[in-house]
Amino acid sequence: MAEKTIKSPMPGTFYRRPDPESDTYVSEGDEVSPGDTVGLIEVMKSFHEVKAEEGGTISRILVEDEDPVGAGQDLVELE
Amino acid sequence: MAIRVLQPGLLTTVQDTGRFGEYDIGMPPSGAMDVFSYQVANYLVGNEEGAAGLEITYFGPQLEFTEAAVVAVTGAEMPPKVNGESVPTWEAFRVEEGDVLSFDYLRSGARSYLAVAGGIEVPVFLHSRSTYTLIGLGGHEGRKLQQDDELRVGEAGDGSGRVGMAVAREQIPSYPAEAEIRVIIGLASYRLTEESMRTFLDTTWTVTPDADRVGYRYRGGELQFVEREQPAGAGSDQANVVDFGYPVGSIQVPGGVEPIVLMNDAVTGGGYATIGTVISVDRDKLAQTGTNHKTRFRSVDLAEALQARKERRQKMAEIRQALS
Repeated sequence: MAEKTIKSPMPGTFYRRPDPESDTYVSEGDEVSPGDTVGLIEVMKSFHEVKAEEGGTISRILVEDEDPVGAGQDLVELE
Repeated sequence: MAIRVLQPGLLTTVQDTGRFGEYDIGMPPSGAMDVFSYQVANYLVGNEEGAAGLEITYFGPQLEFTEAAVVAVTGAEMPPKVNGESVPTWEAFRVEEGDVLSFDYLRSGARSYLAVAGGIEVPVFLHSRSTYTLIGLGGHEGRKLQQDDELRVGEAGDGSGRVGMAVAREQIPSYPAEAEIRVIIGLASYRLTEESMRTFLDTTWTVTPDADRVGYRYRGGELQFVEREQPAGAGSDQANVVDFGYPVGSIQVPGGVEPIVLMNDAVTGGGYATIGTVISVDRDKLAQTGTNHKTRFRSVDLAEALQARKERRQKMAEIRQALS
């Protein structure tokens, strides 16, 4: 099956969970539907949800929690 | 004539040259962070100097034009598209009624500028159309753009002769991920130890994710202040002095960690020792650095700062001349 990726729309810091006490939004092997949140980007003192545009199964999460990311960088791989 | 905001982008605001001259009431200037790119966009579409445009930060909006217009995009490399087709930057082009202008992911820099012939028509507040979002003044309703906003555009003459006018390639700045920013050391640099001043100038600093229109915060080193008994009126933190004015571009170091360069929307005064000030020309360059980019500060004297400003004015006059 063709692989798709979910990209970061903007530069910032990537977070896999809504707050430090919560579970991650998604894990490898999860099914996601369009509109599901897969992580947060923090930049300019605010947080922005990164959402799946297409559905699929998460085959890999490409960025560690709290890693810096660039605009257009692949965050999550779907198959 | 209007622009309809289909998607606002991350932080898209109406800005012009700024609200200078209001420090006595504690009002920062706001205005375009990268003055060069903002001004050149106006030159391209034939606007009066100081016409309001859009400052687009990190992630672009989708804008629908309800009438034909001549527009130009400058600044950060965030490739613009009209109805999905690539259009040039640093060049005036025409959009037709119903066209949608959108932007690809940011590739370099941090802020793009959109000028529309006629300028963005929002009410003038204290002689400026610039948005000061922190207290909700100026610009479009005092805030960043939101979905479904409509922006009026001022009367523009027949701009058809401007289409295709472009800035010469060698005049277009590039925005590397590591910038050298020139500073004049002062006003309260005497508070820093000599060793820490060397550390400040020798460190390759990293822009933190919270850098914004208010200030740019950096990490990468620790600085020490000269120990002293604090004078009356200064706080107990060794980073404090008795309150004074903060120039735009001034650098403070609360607690000795994470220097902050105050930018266009910053507080106008306070009690942190300012160890230097970014020269006005290099505020443009700073405004095109973004989160996780690297920055080094280089000390220059006033003569070099004034020379840089003179050269920048000449360059802008040449560009304006070539486009008139």
